[in-house]
Amino acid sequence: MNIFEWSFLSGVLTATAPVLLAALGGLLCQVAGVFNIALEGQLLWGAFTAVVVSDATGSAWAGVAGAIIATVLFSGLLSGASVRLKADPIVVAVGLNLLALGLTAFLMRQIFGSGGTYSSPDLAGLPTLAELGLDIPVLGPQSPLVPLALLLVVAMAWWLTRTRSGLRLRGAGQHLEAAEAVGLPVAAYRHGVTLAAGALCGLAGAQLSLGNVTLFSEGMSAGRGWIAVVAVMLSSVLPYRLLLACLLFGVAEAFGFRLQGAGLPQQAADAAPYVITLVALVLAAVWRRRSHEHA
Amino acid sequence: MTAPALARRVVASAPVVAVVGALALTTLVMLVVGVDPTLAYPALVRGAIFDGNLEYTIAAFVPTLGMALAFALPLRAGEFNLGGDGQLAIGGVTAAALALLVPLPPVVAVVLPLVAGALAGGLVAAIAAPFSTRLRIPAIVSTLLISAPAVSLASYLVRFPLAEPNTGIAQTPTLPDASHLPFMGGSGYVTIGLPLIVVLTGLWLHIDGRTVTGYEIRATGQNREFARYGGVKVDRVAALALAGGGAFAGLAGALIVLGPPYRFVDGALTAPGYTFTAVAAVLLASARPLAIPVAVALLTVLQVGGLGMEREAGVPSQLTQIVQGLIIVIVAVLATVRARRGVRG
Repeated sequence: MNIFEWSFLSGVLTATAPVLLAALGGLLCQVAGVFNIALEGQLLWGAFTAVVVSDATGSAWAGVAGAIIATVLFSGLLSGASVRLKADPIVVAVGLNLLALGLTAFLMRQIFGSGGTYSSPDLAGLPTLAELGLDIPVLGPQSPLVPLALLLVVAMAWWLTRTRSGLRLRGAGQHLEAAEAVGLPVAAYRHGVTLAAGALCGLAGAQLSLGNVTLFSEGMSAGRGWIAVVAVMLSSVLPYRLLLACLLFGVAEAFGFRLQGAGLPQQAADAAPYVITLVALVLAAVWRRRSHEHA
Repeated sequence: MTAPALARRVVASAPVVAVVGALALTTLVMLVVGVDPTLAYPALVRGAIFDGNLEYTIAAFVPTLGMALAFALPLRAGEFNLGGDGQLAIGGVTAAALALLVPLPPVVAVVLPLVAGALAGGLVAAIAAPFSTRLRIPAIVSTLLISAPAVSLASYLVRFPLAEPNTGIAQTPTLPDASHLPFMGGSGYVTIGLPLIVVLTGLWLHIDGRTVTGYEIRATGQNREFARYGGVKVDRVAALALAGGGAFAGLAGALIVLGPPYRFVDGALTAPGYTFTAVAAVLLASARPLAIPVAVALLTVLQVGGLGMEREAGVPSQLTQIVQGLIIVIVAVLATVRARRGVRG
C-alpha cells in the first residue's frame, strides 16, 4: 500500500477533527434555532485552557477536561447574554470572539511569561491510538478525540432523527411559537445547546493544541471556528453533510500543506482552505437557488 | 432639561455604562492576575497622551476612523462587514504598487494611489454583495472568508513581486518622495490624512442624514422588505453600502502606506488591530453616527495607551482587546435591557 496516500488521508483527518468538533456544536445550535458565530473564540479559548491545564498538571486528559469546563463557562457568557437577556447574538458573538483573542494573548504573557508560541517538555500532548496499542492505518497517528468526533457525527444523526428529545429540539428550532404552545421549554433548550457547543468547542480546542500539535500560539484557531460556521451553513443541519463539509476543509488544508512542500508560497497554502470553503458555499447556494426555482 | 438631569442622563447612557463596566471588569482581570491597576492606568494615559505620545495617538486615529466607517456604512444598510483586514491590506498594497511601479508627477503621485487604494478596497468588499443579496450568504461570513485570502495575497505580493531586493525583509522598498503624504504643521507623524478622513467623515454624515441615498441605506438596514415595497432598489443599495465601506478600508490602507515609514511592511497594516478596534467603536456609538468619531477617539487612546502601559508597567497591551470585547458584549446587553424597559413604560 502506498504510504504517501495513507499519510495524506491521515493528514486530512487531523486537519478535519478540530473543525468538525466545533461544527458539531454549531449544528446543535442551528437545530435549536440559535445562530452561533462565537465558535472561533471558543475554539481558541479551549485550545488555550487545554494547554494551561496540561502544563500545570502534566496530564493531557486533565487538559481536555479543563478545556471542556473552561469553554462551557465561556459559552455561558453567550447563553446568558443572548438567550437570558435576549441581546443580539451576532453582536455578542463578535464581542466574545474579540474577548477570547485578547484574554488568551494577555493570560499567555502573564502565565507563561512571553507571547507568540508556547511549548514545553512539561506540556503533555494527547497520546496517539498507535501508542495506545491500536496501530492501524490512517487512524493510528490520531488522538482518541478524532474517532470520538466521527462517532459523535453518527450519534448526533441518530439522536436528532430517532429519539423523542432530538425531535423536540428540532421542533423548537423550526417553529418557536408552536413549540412553546405545546409546552416545550424552548429557552432551556437554547441554553442547553449553547453550553453543549461550548463543551464541543473545548474538545475541538484541546484536539487542536494537544492533538494536532503540542503547543499554544496566539490566534492558533486561525479562522477554523468560522470555517465551522460555514460548514454548518453547508450542512442543511444534517450531521453527515456536516462531516462532508468539514472533510472538504480538511482536504484543502492537507493539500495546501502538500503544495507548500512542493514549493508553492506559504500564502497560497494559507489561503486555500478559505477559498475552497467559500467556493463550496457559493456553489451550494447557487444549487439551492436553482432547485428552489425548479420546485 | 436641568443641569443635574442632563448629567444623570449622560452618566446613565449606554456608552458610558459600557465603558465603565468594561473597565471595571478589566480591573478585576488585572487584580486576579496580580497587576497593580494604580500603576497600569496612569501608564496607559501617559502612553496615549503625554510624553509626546499624543501625536502618535492622533496618527493612529486616522486609520481607525477609516475602518470605523468601513464597518459603519454597510451596517447602516444591515450588512456586517468583518472583512476590514483584507480590504485594508489590498488597498494598501494597491497604493504601494502604483506608487512604486508607475512614475507619477507630484500631487498625482499622492492622489492616484489613494484613489486606487480606495477602489481596490471597495472592490474586495463588493465581492460579498451578490453573495448576500442573491445567494443569502450572510455578509458577516462572506466578508470574513474573503478577508483571509486577501490578506494572504497582499502578503505574497509584498514578499515576492514587490519586495525590496536583497534584504530578505518582508517589505516593499521606500516609496518615491513624490508619493509621501505631507505632514501637518511640525508633526513627524500626523499627515494630511487626518483632515482628509475628517472631511470624508463629514461627507458621510451629510449623505447619511440629509440625502435620499442615505435615507435609502437606512431604510434598507431597518426593514429590507418594507424598503423594497417602498421602491428602494435594496440589492443595489446594500451592494453600494458594502463597496463604500470597503473603499474607506482601502483608503485607510493607502493612507498608512503613503505615511511614515512610506512602505508596505508585511503585517504592519493588520497587526495593530484597527479593524476590530473600529468595530468596537461603532458598536459603542450604537447607531448614532455623530458619536462614532468620539468613540473612535476613546478606543484609539486605549489602544495606543495600551502599548505605553506595556512599555512602562510591563502589562501586556492585549488587555485593550479584552476591554474592547467586553464593551461590545455590554453594549449589546444594554441595548435589549433598555428596549424592554422602554416597552414596559
